[in-house]
Amino acid sequence: MKSDKLFADVDKSLLAGREYVGADRIDGPLVYMRNTHPVGYGELVEITAPDGSRKTGQVLDTSDDAVCVQVFEGTDGLNLPDTRMHFLGEPLSLSVTESMLGRVMNGLGRSRDGATDPRGEESRDVNGSAINPTSREYPRDFIQTGISVIDGMTTLIQGQKLPIFSGNGMSHNQLAAQIARQAKVRGGKSDFAIVFAAMGVKYDIAKYFIDSFESSGVLDNVALFLSLADDPSIERTITPRTALTLAEHLAFDKGKQVLVIMTDMTNYCESLREIGTLRGEIPSRKGYPGYLYSNLAELYERSGKIAGRFGSITQLPILTMPNDDISHPIPDLTGYITEGQIVFDRDLSGRGIYPPINPLPSLSRLMKDGIGEGMTRDDHPHLSNQLFASFSHVKDVRNLASVIGEEELTEVDHLYMKFGEFFEQKFITQRYDEDRSIEETLDLAWEALSILPSEELQRLTEEEILDHYKG
Amino acid sequence: MQGRIIGQVKRVNGPVITIKGITDCSMMELVHVGEGQIVGEVVKLDGECATVQVYEDATGIAPGDNVYGSGRSLSCELAPGLVGNIYDGIQRPLEKLRELSGDFIAKGISTSAVSHEKLFHFVPTLKTGDKVSGGMTFATVQETSRVLHKIMVPSNIVGEWSVKSIKEEGDYKVTEEVLVIEKGESEKTLTMVQYHPIRVPRPVKERLGLDRPLVTGLRVIDSLFPLANGGTVAIPGGFGTGKTMTQHSIAQWCDADIIVYIGCGERGNEMTDVLREFPHLVDPRTGKSLMERTILIANTSNMPVSAREASIYTGITIAEYYRDMGYSVAIMADSTSRWAEALRELSGRMEEMPAEEGFPAYLATRIAQFYERAGHMLTLDNTEGSVSIIGAVSPAGGDFSEPVTQHTRRFVRCFWGLDRALASARHYPAISWLDSYSEYIDEVSSWWDNKSEGKWSKNRTRIMELLRKEKRLQQIVKLVGPDALPDSQNFILEVCNIFKSAFLQQNAFDEIDRYCSVEKQVAMMNIILAYYDMGNDALKKGVPLAKIRRLSSVHDIVKMRFTVSNDSVDDIEHLTAKLFRQMTQLGGLYEE
Repeated sequence: MKSDKLFADVDKSLLAGREYVGADRIDGPLVYMRNTHPVGYGELVEITAPDGSRKTGQVLDTSDDAVCVQVFEGTDGLNLPDTRMHFLGEPLSLSVTESMLGRVMNGLGRSRDGATDPRGEESRDVNGSAINPTSREYPRDFIQTGISVIDGMTTLIQGQKLPIFSGNGMSHNQLAAQIARQAKVRGGKSDFAIVFAAMGVKYDIAKYFIDSFESSGVLDNVALFLSLADDPSIERTITPRTALTLAEHLAFDKGKQVLVIMTDMTNYCESLREIGTLRGEIPSRKGYPGYLYSNLAELYERSGKIAGRFGSITQLPILTMPNDDISHPIPDLTGYITEGQIVFDRDLSGRGIYPPINPLPSLSRLMKDGIGEGMTRDDHPHLSNQLFASFSHVKDVRNLASVIGEEELTEVDHLYMKFGEFFEQKFITQRYDEDRSIEETLDLAWEALSILPSEELQRLTEEEILDHYKG
Repeated sequence: MQGRIIGQVKRVNGPVITIKGITDCSMMELVHVGEGQIVGEVVKLDGECATVQVYEDATGIAPGDNVYGSGRSLSCELAPGLVGNIYDGIQRPLEKLRELSGDFIAKGISTSAVSHEKLFHFVPTLKTGDKVSGGMTFATVQETSRVLHKIMVPSNIVGEWSVKSIKEEGDYKVTEEVLVIEKGESEKTLTMVQYHPIRVPRPVKERLGLDRPLVTGLRVIDSLFPLANGGTVAIPGGFGTGKTMTQHSIAQWCDADIIVYIGCGERGNEMTDVLREFPHLVDPRTGKSLMERTILIANTSNMPVSAREASIYTGITIAEYYRDMGYSVAIMADSTSRWAEALRELSGRMEEMPAEEGFPAYLATRIAQFYERAGHMLTLDNTEGSVSIIGAVSPAGGDFSEPVTQHTRRFVRCFWGLDRALASARHYPAISWLDSYSEYIDEVSSWWDNKSEGKWSKNRTRIMELLRKEKRLQQIVKLVGPDALPDSQNFILEVCNIFKSAFLQQNAFDEIDRYCSVEKQVAMMNIILAYYDMGNDALKKGVPLAKIRRLSSVHDIVKMRFTVSNDSVDDIEHLTAKLFRQMTQLGGLYEE
């Protein structure tokens, strides 16, 4: 019998209480069930395993014939005849509360630290809704991270989404933790909070972050959503959504300046691919689903500022580029959505330089409106421009030197070699706990540029050269 | 607005919904799904089933929900009040949505695109008894201080009619009946509003040839790779190469009458930037705020994917509507790749057989259809109007061989390739002079030669030649270093360097440099080539290159883009004279 006829006259609200027994097919994290009442797309599902344990799922596909549910905790322990499903008639939501700060939770926002689940004040759809572009406020408040190469050349702005493109074995976690410890808005006291979402990372990395927050005394202002490497991969697809739902609450209802750290986005995308493949979807590049761009955008676009509200969401997603390839779909699509990127360099990392950030491919799109007079220092815009131009020339000179030998270089090019050395060893390099103010950073940049003859500094005005050049 | 029920939901898979029990509905019909009245469009009919793509998040839609038909295609509402507005992909005004649903966009809200309450000052241009036909103007409304909006008879009115009555000059709402026309027994009443299906090009009388450039104020574009007014261009570039910045600059400074800016699947903050910045910017030609000629369409990347697919068509339909009034309209689509990806995503959900990289096989057809809507036209109202399309392309991995870039190249005649190496060195606009081309040179050269005493075409050819030579020389320099080259060749490198930093680079944030007038461009090109010629003469006399380089006038040339304003182009003439003096002096020292 066709199920829609069976339920045609029944009030929908009565159906919400109904529980069904017996699945038709279980395939990886997906459970298929026939002959249910008409179930809404995206509805939340409570699943009871044969041993009585509870799991949570979401409707991925619904037709009058069958329903497909993805189970976030994985399908271990489920069997076909005894699996029970309860369709709740509402979308997957998170009960948000400020008391989640200081807690460790799983990807769905349930307690992971042994205490009871946080009791929420208000239930929110984890998928969120798009911020109306007319309601946004253009971000222009400078965040001082205390890291020269970021503050000076790829400045982070409050409300920005600026990912770290790294590779396996590089120090992205140290950098993210250092930014989280040191980040401050100058001149104003603000109510800071950190939301940390871990997707498929190892336990010791999560531990590293927790210890780092603890030692700097900010742990009470951090909400951690952990879905670790040994947790079901499907949970990773919901973890950043849960985290961002809390971040939106903290920022836009409670007026906090929220920094969201998401690591590792590569694992998140892998999980999406896994589900897409299981469902037999037509893949696009490298087997990733065709909707990867839209899906990532739904996460990254949940940052920013809203006019008339005090708080902000700044995102710092971390992703490891498979095989250090920046044109791989994950960093590629991310770069198209985010407002710039901080790119790690294997060569710098190999030479022991920390942070191993290559400034040339790195970029902060919001920097132009957040630096300069009244915000950082009046010479900052031209200065950073000059650093880019000069360091970019260093690369050419080095290539030339490797062909014709360093001795054959012209006098000016020798100075460029020297500048490059100083720039990498003194300007980029800093300690894990070194917190440089923007003035220190800019002065250091002038010190580096003063190695070059002043005629080479075409991006700077004569007054700036007169004021700061130390040649 | 509850229409007739045309069927029930059978299956929901993201934004693609299958409906069954179809009674009557046609392809591309606008439908509303479920009690939440989610807007959708019929994209496939198959027996008693139909496939609908919905323009909002499908969460909560369940099998068995009713689907309501509307009897018309997805259309644009065209009337006074469009200019200065910001819309989503299906032409819902975002300001109004904000009033209705707050800072986050809620589902199932529908509202008219232009205000039906606001009064406009209506000035009839016809009188009773006049003959009218589709596309003819019957009245005007001063929409903004610089846009005179012509109220036209909808183009779907066939044959010759005559005016039975027309309202007198006065203030009316756009929905008020202002015109009654008759033909024999039949009679029609018209308002200032008309609807046009977004996927159908608006009809014109004739396509005309292209004869003048769309002046953008960006030197590398206008002087090296000009776009014709009514032409099409693609700007491909990987992320961070400056597509959006280039689009913004063109939207700000180009000499079109109307700008339609489509943010298609891009960042929310970028649209906010435009929204906040444009009202404060002043058009250098008219002295009016730029917002008075701009219409924004913002379907950011996190807004529903099917509305992203529609946004391109919504934008071009509005552009065509203003073209029909006799305006020159420029449309910026940022980015067409996101639109193509929306096609791919929807096609995948409909389980269609993919072609290259998962894109549907009809991708090329759709791209062609879009770009063919550009052109310089004779309108039904016998005026000339044009639509120029500037489409950004975001190639995956920055690789220009991917399908969207490749197919786009087939249908555009101008190509501004953005280069990652230039962007990394912060050379903006990072338009590569080696990869880019324009097929409009022949069409626009007589216009340019008129403005430059016949020098433009020659200058352009010489400079392109020098840049090509420089590229070859650079390869040698990479191997053996610059010292191995003779001075005459090093001088080519020197001139090209000056050309790159003084001419090709342009600072979008500098008060003077961000917009460069035609006259200034001509003068700048002249002086750089004059430097090349004089320098060559001096080298022949035996002057060492290092001495030429150090002339103070050379330093002035490098800085002229910042120091010489558009109103004082004569300064460049003076600079040329100074350069000549210094060169002659220098030459004199070595002439024996």
